[in-house]
Amino acid sequence: MNELVFFINNVLVAGSVTGSIYAIGAVGVTLVFSIMRFAHFAHADMMTFGAFMVLLLTSVFPGAGAAFGMPTALVMLPLAMALTALLAVGIDRAFYKPLRSHGVKPIVLVIGSLGVTLMLQGLIRLFAGTGGQSLYVDDRKEIFRLALPIEGVRAPVVITEPQFYLFVLTIVAVVSLHLFLSRSRLGKAMRAMSDNPDLAQASGINTNTIVAVTWVIAGGLAAIAGTLLSLDVTFKPDLSFFLLLPIFAAAIVGGVGQPYGAIAGGFVVGFAETLAVFNWSVMLRPFSDSLPEWLLQSGNLAFVGTEYKIVVPFFILVAILIWRPTGIFKGKVI
Amino acid sequence: MDTKRADSVPAPSRFPVREGVLFAALLVAVLGVYAVMGGAYSTRMLVEAACYAILALGLTIQWGYAGQFNAGVMGFVALGGFCAMFFSIPVNPAFWDTELPGELGRALIYMLGAVLLVFGATRLDRVGVPKLLRTIIAVLLAAVLYLVVMNVFRDVTGQIESRAGFIGGLGLPVGVGWVVGGALAGGVGYFIGRVCLGLRSDYLAIATLGIAEIIKAFLKNSDWLTRGTATVSPLPWPVPGPGELGFTLARALYFSVTAVMIAAIFFLLTRAYHAPWGRMIRAIRDNEVSAAAMGKDINKRRLEIFVLGCILMGIGGAALASFNSMFDPQGYLPLNHTFLVLVMVILGGPGNNLGTIFGAVAVYLIWIMSEPLALFLMELAVSFGEGAFGWDAPTNLDSRALQARVFVIGLLITLVLRYAPKGLLPEKVRHHG
Repeated sequence: MNELVFFINNVLVAGSVTGSIYAIGAVGVTLVFSIMRFAHFAHADMMTFGAFMVLLLTSVFPGAGAAFGMPTALVMLPLAMALTALLAVGIDRAFYKPLRSHGVKPIVLVIGSLGVTLMLQGLIRLFAGTGGQSLYVDDRKEIFRLALPIEGVRAPVVITEPQFYLFVLTIVAVVSLHLFLSRSRLGKAMRAMSDNPDLAQASGINTNTIVAVTWVIAGGLAAIAGTLLSLDVTFKPDLSFFLLLPIFAAAIVGGVGQPYGAIAGGFVVGFAETLAVFNWSVMLRPFSDSLPEWLLQSGNLAFVGTEYKIVVPFFILVAILIWRPTGIFKGKVI
Repeated sequence: MDTKRADSVPAPSRFPVREGVLFAALLVAVLGVYAVMGGAYSTRMLVEAACYAILALGLTIQWGYAGQFNAGVMGFVALGGFCAMFFSIPVNPAFWDTELPGELGRALIYMLGAVLLVFGATRLDRVGVPKLLRTIIAVLLAAVLYLVVMNVFRDVTGQIESRAGFIGGLGLPVGVGWVVGGALAGGVGYFIGRVCLGLRSDYLAIATLGIAEIIKAFLKNSDWLTRGTATVSPLPWPVPGPGELGFTLARALYFSVTAVMIAAIFFLLTRAYHAPWGRMIRAIRDNEVSAAAMGKDINKRRLEIFVLGCILMGIGGAALASFNSMFDPQGYLPLNHTFLVLVMVILGGPGNNLGTIFGAVAVYLIWIMSEPLALFLMELAVSFGEGAFGWDAPTNLDSRALQARVFVIGLLITLVLRYAPKGLLPEKVRHHG
């Protein structure tokens, strides 16, 4: 049974962690696509920017968390979300809106967003340096060990504090996004614009407001995802190129333009990555009596080494593009 | 051959003032660099700029001729560099004199056999197996065979790493590596293009971005093939090296080789641009629907041009690696090998080969010169800050100053797209009367 706990720790927990982060990121990408019809490459850097804001605020007010009994980084998250949302709206006004009003092809907007990616990266690296930093400036990472009430199980299920907050925040974000899109007037207007922008404009929806709201949501979600990722591991300024591919793969797997699909896609990609780098030979140990010798000799039965993790989202992307370009949830084909 | 056709009126021939002024300014700048930095340094810069010009020509036909956006130039450059390394460096007897080549060959044959088996399994529906069952069989077979082959492979590569270091090269002439590098890059481009080119161009950008990182990860972690982070050097040159002729003369010889290559590529591309094939490509770029209505095979043409661009990138990457005389997989950065090339193309003028070459040399000049300039500005700011406000300067100033260039490149991309979307030397669209 210890193998089962190992499986839970290394696949269920780890997969949910990566899945949640990809899901929150992919929702932002897919929302931006459904309103503005272009693949927003700077999204991963907005995530990094959100995390960087948290880092900055945490190092300025290291003691703020103690008042709430939470890590300071989490207390600072709403502020960082607001700042990132502001940044997203500002970037749109400064760089994307002029291009849109020139009526350029969507791919030119993609190149523009790559330019924005580089600018954000340059700024973050200029101020944060290139090394990794922990977001836990003054606090200590708590680790919860849950022992399973089964005979003969020695290893506990391990969940760290940031992972716990990650799960809570993912659920909160998904539920509130769902309520916003299905109940509120703005959310309905957003869905209308995503379905048919001309018709939405003709029926009196202010498209400029919708665009701004989309950026606010995308920026806020990006800040959450980036912060939680940095809390779980460390803050690194050069994460973005490794996040972009899984996030886009998640958005495409879920069906581009489908927020719920993006959430599903995020978990599909996250679990696929975790399962692919998981060493299956551990799971074979309980059956070692009945299995052939050669299978047990090799110590490593992972599909890909951790250094090739990025192959997994790419493979998923290629597979989905070949067999079902609309994604699981019948999104648009861009 | 008479190139004038009855239905075309040549554009009013004007003296190319704009081109003349821009290239004259560029020449003055290059001469200025020669005067300040000396011959050896400046010639090195010129050779590297020439290699980048080949990359930029590859991107300009993808982006300028056909409107395909390749965000993974780095991957194709790295493939070209790998081939240049693998074919040209000397044979490693520590590997070839043992039984390891046989073992590696056996692993490769296993791999080939596994691929054939899986391919056969996907064709099972031809003999009456239900499609769902066929898919399940194929996927399961692929997973099992993959694990088996990878296990064999890991054994062999592990032994190579521990006993021979790495497999070494083939000791062939440098040119062979360049040609094969182009072919390999083209092959990978064909695979990506087949998957993505039928869809909107955003997908191509995402997929090329991904494949570039994968190629880099593969080259970086395959110690048995490339020595990974330990890097391979020196790579031989196609011309006598600096040891025999001195830096300036050897580099000048290398420059003449790349210049001849650029001239040949430029000539062929210009011919292709004005040929019926080029007109067809532009027709597809400008209006896909009407081109399809005229009976043009859009996806096939797109694939052709994408592969052609990737081949050029492979060749340019090979030339670059040979010149640096070192193969370092970690040295391939998206900024230096993808976005710099992108800036060269959109600043110079996408679709205009002359403009692209101008952009390549001009941007590379600025890029190289920006390094000392950034450090200088940073020091200025720090001394000012220390004097006026009593700041403490951060210690890793040099690396941070270089990060400022990332910002500048990004800003340049957005500004050019906004204010000069056609570049400094725009593509000349000839109107037929």
